[in-house]
Parts: sequence; C-alpha cells; structure tokens
Amino acid sequence: MATPTLAVWKFASCDGCQLSLLDCEDELLALAGAVRIAHFLEASSAVADGPYDISLVEGSVTTAGDVARIHRVREQSGVLVTIGACATAGGVQALRNGADVEEFRRVVYARPEYVATLAESTPISAHVPVDYELRGCPISRAQLLELLGALLAGRRPRLPTHSVCFECKSRGTACVLVAAGTPCLGPVTQAGCGAICPAYGRGCYGCFGPAARADTDALAPVLRVAGVAGEDLARLYRTFNAAAPAFRAAAGRAESAAGEATDHEGGGDDPPR
Amino acid sequence: MSMAIEPLLLSTLAPLVAALREDGYRVVGPTVRDGAIVLDELESADALPYGWGVDVEPGGYRLRRRADGASFAHAASPRSWKSYLHPPREPLWTASRDGAGDLTVREPEEEPPRYAFLGVRACDLRAIAVLDRVLGTPGGRYARRRERVLIVAVNCTEPAATCFCAATGSGPAARDGFDLALTELAGPRYLAESGSERGDGLLSRLPGEPPGDTVVTEARAAVAAAAGRMGRSLPEGDLRELLAGARTAARWDDVSARCLTCGNCTMVCPTCFCTTVEDSTDLTGGTARRDERWDSCFDIDFSYLHGGPVRASAAARYRQWLSHKLGTWHDQFGESGCVGCGRCIVWCPAGIDITEEANALAEEATR
Amino acid sequence: MTETMTPLPYRVTGRRIEAADTVTLALAPVGERIGPWTPGQFTMLYAFGVGEVPISISGGDGARIRHTVRDVGAVSHAVCGTPVGGVLGLRGPYGCGWDPDSAAGADLVLVAGGIGLAPLRPVLEHALARRERYGRVAVLVGARTPADLLYPREYPAWRAVGVQLLVTVDRADAGWGGHVGVVTTLLDQARFTPGNTVAFVCGPELMMRFTARALGDRGVPAGAVRVSLERNMRCGIALCGHCQLGPLLVCRDGPVAGYDLAGPLLAVKEL
Repeated sequence: MATPTLAVWKFASCDGCQLSLLDCEDELLALAGAVRIAHFLEASSAVADGPYDISLVEGSVTTAGDVARIHRVREQSGVLVTIGACATAGGVQALRNGADVEEFRRVVYARPEYVATLAESTPISAHVPVDYELRGCPISRAQLLELLGALLAGRRPRLPTHSVCFECKSRGTACVLVAAGTPCLGPVTQAGCGAICPAYGRGCYGCFGPAARADTDALAPVLRVAGVAGEDLARLYRTFNAAAPAFRAAAGRAESAAGEATDHEGGGDDPPR
Repeated sequence: MSMAIEPLLLSTLAPLVAALREDGYRVVGPTVRDGAIVLDELESADALPYGWGVDVEPGGYRLRRRADGASFAHAASPRSWKSYLHPPREPLWTASRDGAGDLTVREPEEEPPRYAFLGVRACDLRAIAVLDRVLGTPGGRYARRRERVLIVAVNCTEPAATCFCAATGSGPAARDGFDLALTELAGPRYLAESGSERGDGLLSRLPGEPPGDTVVTEARAAVAAAAGRMGRSLPEGDLRELLAGARTAARWDDVSARCLTCGNCTMVCPTCFCTTVEDSTDLTGGTARRDERWDSCFDIDFSYLHGGPVRASAAARYRQWLSHKLGTWHDQFGESGCVGCGRCIVWCPAGIDITEEANALAEEATR
Repeated sequence: MTETMTPLPYRVTGRRIEAADTVTLALAPVGERIGPWTPGQFTMLYAFGVGEVPISISGGDGARIRHTVRDVGAVSHAVCGTPVGGVLGLRGPYGCGWDPDSAAGADLVLVAGGIGLAPLRPVLEHALARRERYGRVAVLVGARTPADLLYPREYPAWRAVGVQLLVTVDRADAGWGGHVGVVTTLLDQARFTPGNTVAFVCGPELMMRFTARALGDRGVPAGAVRVSLERNMRCGIALCGHCQLGPLLVCRDGPVAGYDLAGPLLAVKEL
C-alpha cells in the first residue's frame, strides 16, 4: 500500500492547532514515516498536488474566498478532519455573528475598503461534509495522534463525547464547582483535554465545546448558585465555541433571562412570551 | 475464628503508619489537598487531616476547622478506595504483529502494589465487599490487587448530612472485612481492635495500653449514637421490587430535567464498576495495545448498538443508574449496589439526591 | 470461568463470501485454543489494532471455529477483509446458548432474520445429528434480498432430511420466484404442534418481538420461545456493565433468553 498523504489547511485561525502537529516531537519521526506530508505550509513551502488521503483543516470560513477554497479542499480530500474550535464551531471570531460587522469594519480599520469579510464566521461543516472533528482551543496532541493512528490502522478514532467531569474524576481532581463554588462548564463540555483547568483550581471554560446532548438548562441553576447568571452566564458560553449550537442557545437563553429580570426590576409589564 | 488479641488504646497513629510502611505497605489515607479531604498516599501519620472536618450538602462540600484534633471526623472522601482497587485506567495487554502477520499478545507482568488502606469507614468496607463480588474473579486483576490490601477500618462517629449507611445496613460500625478497626475518641485517642491474624500481628507491635471497660463503652456508645444521626434514609420495603415496577414512572422525567448526565455520581460511587476498553496503535502500526478505563452509564455511547444508543434520553440514563444501583444489582449480584456513603449526593453538581429520588418513586408507586 | 481479556491468535483457514457485505471465516488456533462451545454462544473477535466485536459462533469442528460476519463497522470491516492465512484474536466462548438438548421431544421452529441464521445454524446441525430426539423441524428464513440469503448451498441438504424450510425476502429480484414479505408471514405455513414446540428466534430486535407475538398467537407460550439478545458487549465476562438489559447482563445471563423473561424487558423503551 502506498504511504498515505497528509495535507494541512489553514482558514481563519491563529495557527495554534497546526502547531500542535509540529509539537508532537517524540512522535514526529514516526509520523513522517507513516504519512507523506504533501501540503503543510506552516512546516514547509514544498507542496505536492492532491488528491490527499487525509486533510486536517484549521480555521473557520470568514470570506467569500474561503467558501470557494474549502470546496476545493473537500474535493481533493479522502478523509477531512477539522482541527480546533475555529474549524469545528467558528471560533472566537464567531463572536461577531449577529453583530454589525459593517460597524466593526468602520471603527477598527483605517482603510476598511481593504477588508473583505462575510457577516458571520462559520464552521467548516456549514459548507462541506466533515468526517471527524477534533475539538479544543487548541486541540489535544494526544487526540491528534490517536486520530492519525486510527485512520492509518482503519480504526474508528476514539473521540469521546462525554463530559469533562469524566476526566476530572479519573485524574483525581476534587470538583471545583462542588468543593469551591468555582463556576465550571465541565459538566456540559466535551472531554478530550484531560481536564487540565480544574486540576489547577480553575473552572472549565468550555474550549472543547458542548458534550453530546449537553444539558445547559440543568447547569444554569447550578451556576447561578456559583454566582454566574444572566449576562455573565452568556459571556461564559461566548468564547471559543460561541457559535456551537448548544452554547449559542444557552447564551441566548441566559441573556433573555437577564433581560426579563431587568424588566421586572423596572416594574414594567411582563415581557411577551 | 482466631483468638483475637485484646484491644489496645493508642494515643497516636504515628507508630501504626510507621509499622505499615516498615512492612512494605504503601499507606493510603485521608489528607487535605485542593480544598477537600482526599485519599492519597501518606508518608507519615502527620499527613492525616487533624482538626479538619467538612460541611456537606447536596452539590456542596466545604472544609471546616474543628476545635478538636480529630483526624477521621469528616464525611466520605471525594474519591473512594475503588480508585486503588479498580483504577481509572489500566493497561490490559500489548500486541505485536510480525512480518508474517503472526500475532503475539503480552499481558503486563509487574506485581500490583501492596496498599494499606487507613481509615476505611463501614460504608466503604461494604463497598469493597460489593466490588469483591462483582470483580473478584479468582486469579483476575482485581483479585490480585485486592489480596495484597491491608485494611484499617474506622468506626464512624461523625456521619454527615448526606449519609444513610444505617438505612443500607452498612454502618456506622465496622463489623467485618478489616484487619484492624479504630474508633476515634476525644483527645484524640484511638481504640484499636483486631479483625484478622494480620491485625493481631500489627496490634502486638504497637505501643498502647489496655483500654479498660469505660473507654470501650464510650467508644461503642459514640458509634451507636452515630446511627441515629444519619441525615438521610431510603424508603422502607423491597427496593428491587419498587424499581422493577417503576420503569415508566413520571419521576424519571422530573429528575432528568435536573440531571446534567455528566457522570459524576458514577465516578465517585464506591461500587460503580463499569469500564470500557480502548484499542490503540503506534503510528508505525507494528504494535497495538488495549487499555481499560472507567466508563459510565451516563455516557451516551455506553449503550451504543449499531447506529445509535439504546439509552439516548437523560431520563433513560438516570433510570439505568438508579435502577441498577438499588434494584437490578440484586438480580445480578445478590445484594444492593448502594452502601449509603452519600458521595453521589455531595458530588452531583446539581445536587440530585438518590434518597430523595428513591423516596419520590416510592411515593409515586403508592398513588 | 477465568477472567481474561487477552485474545488467542487464530489463523483464517477458509473464507467464503456469503453476500455483498457478509463473509464466513473458518478459524484454527495458532497455539492455545479456546474452550468447548455450545450453539448460541459467542466469542470476542479481535482485528489487530482496530478492535474487538462479539460474534456468534456459526459452526465448527474440533478446534476449528466458524464465524459469519457482516461488515457494519470498522472492526467487522477489518475482520471481513482478513484473507486466508491472516491472524485474528479470539477469546471465549461466552454466554448462555440455545440449549437444544432441553427441547428434546418437541417440534423445533427456527426463525432467522438476516445474519440471525448464523447463530441458529449450530442448533440445526445439532438437531439433525440427533434427528430421532426431535419432532418436526421447521426453519423460517428471511433476508433483505435473495442475494443476502445465508448458506443457500446447504438448503437442499436440510430439505433432504425432512426439514421444512421456508424462505422469504423483503425485496425480490428478477430471478426470485419465492415468497416476498417479512419472516413472520411464513409462520402460517409452518408445521408444528403449538403445545409441544420450542422456537428459536434470532434477528433484529423488532423482528424477534413480532415473531414471538405471532408464535404466541399460534399458541406457543412465551416460555417456549427463545430469543438471542443483543446489547453492547465489551468484555464478554460480566465485568464491564455495558450489556445490561434491566436485570440481565446479556453476556452472562444471555445472549439466549426465554421470551417470558426477555419480552417484558424489550417492551420497555430505552431500557
């Protein structure tokens, strides 16, 4: 069998996830032996033509050019894997979704006419079919290696969809939410990071995005006790995965709850339901 | 039964920990870390949580300073002894394939560590006995670890608001399954009683004095009083029958609206034993391995069967957990899977209370 | 029972393509072999580096085991693709089987849906080897299309020894002159004495439920209907908890269970 080819593509992103690949120092030699890296501009300007057996796609779609390019990538790729929160959920740049991008452009840039951008930052899966997703900001090196090992062996990659709590408990971290009242998104966030943040005494901020069937409604009263509700809760969900459907909806509900509370305080009429 | 040697009154635990370490045991017991009293390896008796207690409630846990110097006056630890007997992750084997495609599979060869568990409460003694029955296949991985463990139990004199071991019949007194049992008394002093030949040997090496009748009576009374101070209880009657008849109860929808399906209850439960296996390969594809890790019936993939999970809804997953723990465990292993330690109540971020849910199901059944 | 999750190497000594997505492998031990098996038991089959799946034993002789495997996921894909000479891992046998001996003296009705014929074939072979012990034997087989029928080359031999073999497909093709419809529609033609019959049913869960109900309508009590349950079996030795169906650990208490026990459990949604 010919050595499989690997391509790495960048869309709107910070390059951090691609760097995770270069960060696989101990495994890099084995990786170089197992796949032929045919397209990886972060590592080498030498580029081989497609098609490619495996494509890793970093970044979100934010321009008309991106839309055309991701379709070309998909056409040339056997297995397409999105890597990181930008590619799987739109990233931190999706905070602009629903806001007035024209205004941002006017205010932020000296020469706004040079900036061509779409109104929303969208995940790769909004444009083309995606075979596997690696979550996180940045992705986990261990998950990346497992994914590549699995694809090479013909195995279904092991990408758990359960909560971060599984990993906290497995590594023996006492729950920061229960034992310290620290706001934590662990119960609704997908595992894979190894539960790093709670191990250092801080709450999970959801960089791996929502777990399967994450119940953000059940978490809302828990976080309220921990001192986070309304606008604050909306902000908690609006970071790297702001546009992930479960987190976007949770933020929206938190915000409208805050709005209702304000209305009540103002003594006005009940808001329409 | 062996002629157990006479009880001893100890004024300090330092010689006990030292003797265990001298005998080659890795001593695991309670200690303060990260704002909780956790189980960890102890270098000496100094690491015990003298003067610390905890306040617990559903979904809440806080350390609290105690006026006395008690070291065992706190509720069950966030992690249970299961972490040592049935570790969160364990390699099962590695396999290699040669050029001809032939397969060689090797199991790990290292001997399991010898642990001395210090401060095992009656609820957790019972939990260990439950795990023994589920996982203790002779010659198996669990059995090999288990047979090397020495147990120093602690009679519980300080039940928490979330405790209900009196209702499950597990405690608060340690009845069997230990090598040595301690009762912590004011001072603190410790009444030490042997429960095995290993315990006899240990006790005979420790400095102490005969306790005298007054001290023994004081100790027994303190433990008996604890039974009356349990914060919670389970419904009366046959729980196996109750849960078998409650499969379509409305209460499951009620609790599922609060349940995060995060799996915390199963991870902290001292008897939840479910695992899954993970197959992996190195990048060259020449060697493969299989590891076992804790799994949970709250994981949506747990019941996966071609194309989808059998138990997709949160209600079905919570029903599975509670029904197994209190009901079908009897069918499968001849006893209840719940020991009344209260960990699932404390460490559920949403504060879901297994006793409250069981009582609500019982109440619904009478309607 | 010993607790081991370590597979023994078995070499593929024969490979037959049964249908577009289904293969029967004959496997012989490279060294140590698994223990003796009975009809209805399963093994855990390991494809190197890919993973493990529970597969019912569909036949064998001596040390050799036959498995009929349908390609439905990564592991079964790798198993199905293993060539003659290739090595797989095997452990088992596990679970409670069909126990055909306890049906001595009764009429036998075997009802198979799709790949469900594979675990039933050892029951038929067992009964045909002891023909005098049983009454009438009816075998009802359903498949998606004629091309999906398992073991068609063996049908003449079964019929030759007096088995009433009835076959149906969900979708006929140009060359099909037989029955079209779900397997339960064959039951009316099957010859058996309802009060003295043991039925062995294997197929998709819904098919087994409809079949058990139809058998009940014909007068066969639920306790005389045996089904082969399927849940997510990971360890095979009652240690991992995955395959629970209410009170049952399917890998230990099943996969074969009486419908008097299994029926009410299967009727509960998401149990």
